[in-house]
Amino acid sequence: MTAIVQRAGFLTSVQDLGRTGFRQFGVSTSGALDSFALRVANLLVGNDEGAAGLEITLGGLQLRFEDERIVAWCGGEFDVQIGSRALPAGHVAHLQAGDELKFGRVQIGCRCWLAISGGIDVPVVLGSRSTDLRANFGGIEGRALRDGDVVLFGAPRGSSAFAKATADKSPPATGISSWTASHDWASPARRHPSLRFIRGVDWNRFDDVTIQRFTNHEFSVSPDSDRMGVRLDGPELKREDETDLISEAVAPGTIQVPPSGKPILLLGDCQTIGGYPKIAHVITVDLGITAQLRAGDGVRFSEVSLQDAHRLLIERERDLERFRIGLSLQRA
Amino acid sequence: MEIVPLGDSALILRVREQFEDAPEETLDEVLRVFRLLQHANITGVIELAPAYTSVAVFFNPIAVIKSAGAANGVFEELAKRIRSVIIPASRRHRRRTAARRQRLTEIPVCYDAEFGLDLDRVAEHTKLSEREIIDLHSTREYRVACIGFVPGFTFLAGLPKNLTTPRRDVPRKEIPAGSVGIGGAQTGIYPLRSPGGWNLIGRTPLKLFDATKEPPTLLCPGDRVRFRAITREEFESLKQ
Repeated sequence: MTAIVQRAGFLTSVQDLGRTGFRQFGVSTSGALDSFALRVANLLVGNDEGAAGLEITLGGLQLRFEDERIVAWCGGEFDVQIGSRALPAGHVAHLQAGDELKFGRVQIGCRCWLAISGGIDVPVVLGSRSTDLRANFGGIEGRALRDGDVVLFGAPRGSSAFAKATADKSPPATGISSWTASHDWASPARRHPSLRFIRGVDWNRFDDVTIQRFTNHEFSVSPDSDRMGVRLDGPELKREDETDLISEAVAPGTIQVPPSGKPILLLGDCQTIGGYPKIAHVITVDLGITAQLRAGDGVRFSEVSLQDAHRLLIERERDLERFRIGLSLQRA
Repeated sequence: MEIVPLGDSALILRVREQFEDAPEETLDEVLRVFRLLQHANITGVIELAPAYTSVAVFFNPIAVIKSAGAANGVFEELAKRIRSVIIPASRRHRRRTAARRQRLTEIPVCYDAEFGLDLDRVAEHTKLSEREIIDLHSTREYRVACIGFVPGFTFLAGLPKNLTTPRRDVPRKEIPAGSVGIGGAQTGIYPLRSPGGWNLIGRTPLKLFDATKEPPTLLCPGDRVRFRAITREEFESLKQ
């Protein structure tokens, strides 16, 4: 029921779909920065889509499995190996006790999410298994994984029948499925991505020149970015008025502009309230791409309407529902 | 009452435009709206976050669409439902709110120089002695205007005007849990070890945030708070 963390890598943490209901007490969402990628990976291994998995940043993780498990991962373009066999994103692997799973370097992107049948079994804290790395609770002792940690798994859902079906459909020599989730879902990272946004409440506090700069120029990801936010370098964004704003809620996806004029794109670990003007919000379906931004990457912004943001989200949910049905037929 | 989108999965309900003009009344009204929304249990609403003049509503657009039948846009539909549950305050409600005000929490604070690392800075800026600062700070009643920044960080309204001190130019990389500070016209308590730019004037031995409890914070938005000056010995014994 466990795996040994032989190497923890740069930053690996237990995450599920995030913590909700405690924002009024200042508790952040946390969770997989690309919750959609974790949902897809979970469905691939037969888990509930909200099961806890591992978020792996910039690779380096090496796990040795102590029992039989089904695994799959989605995210940036990492080299992933089971022993000497490659496990590409979106494929399903049937691991045997003693197998070693190794995440190498990332070619494009920054993070990926590993789902393991049964999910990761850590205590639920404030309604979630996610690690809150700033406040140090949830996950494994409220911290990132360390070398030598033991990761405990839950009991796989409908275990043996599912494991057998997956094993039977995989070429026995490799234990890796030939079928896969669609490329866009399994590997969402892109070079020079464009992020779609809707206007923020303080959009009108910026003059036309600043708005032009925001929408026409490429910004570059600063090295001091983390799970709280992506700091961007580029043309300076200056506000027209200097009035102090009253602090109010911010959300993952919010792009705020501090007095430095360098925008910050907030991610899942962001604080719950802020007092900087909000120029824009990246739409939910593009949050997965924000999770792939790495120091030095170039990124652009393009406006969509709120209606379009919702339409895109509804379409994606419909596609995921079809995928879920497709998987259950394949297993039947 | 203005309702504006905060991205595609949240919105902000602006209950009042200003806070400082009438902090007590504003806070009461924001919390009244917050409770109305809490009890309304609107389909698709995930969580609420009150702050100073506003209440943020986080929602799942898919769930809103499913219950609405997509006649309207998601945002318009949700805004309509929110408006329909926010009824004006009655006189009876005002009396109830007044009764609720009785909840008062006393926070013991040790203002010794060991913890009040910026007392000298505050003294220099306010032209008050350290004794006067401590007396002023620990004799007033405050209200929790907002919790945020880090889990359990309490922003308290009601700091005497003459204690206003600008934040430090360079924030500290690490501030110990329980530190009490002054940031501009506000005072507050750091619940966890965290970075921060407020002027530190003391420390409380109480635990402000505990993830294993529900609610996880000692104080809640709207609560009344008083600080009581304690000695170093009391600090140690209360910390047990």
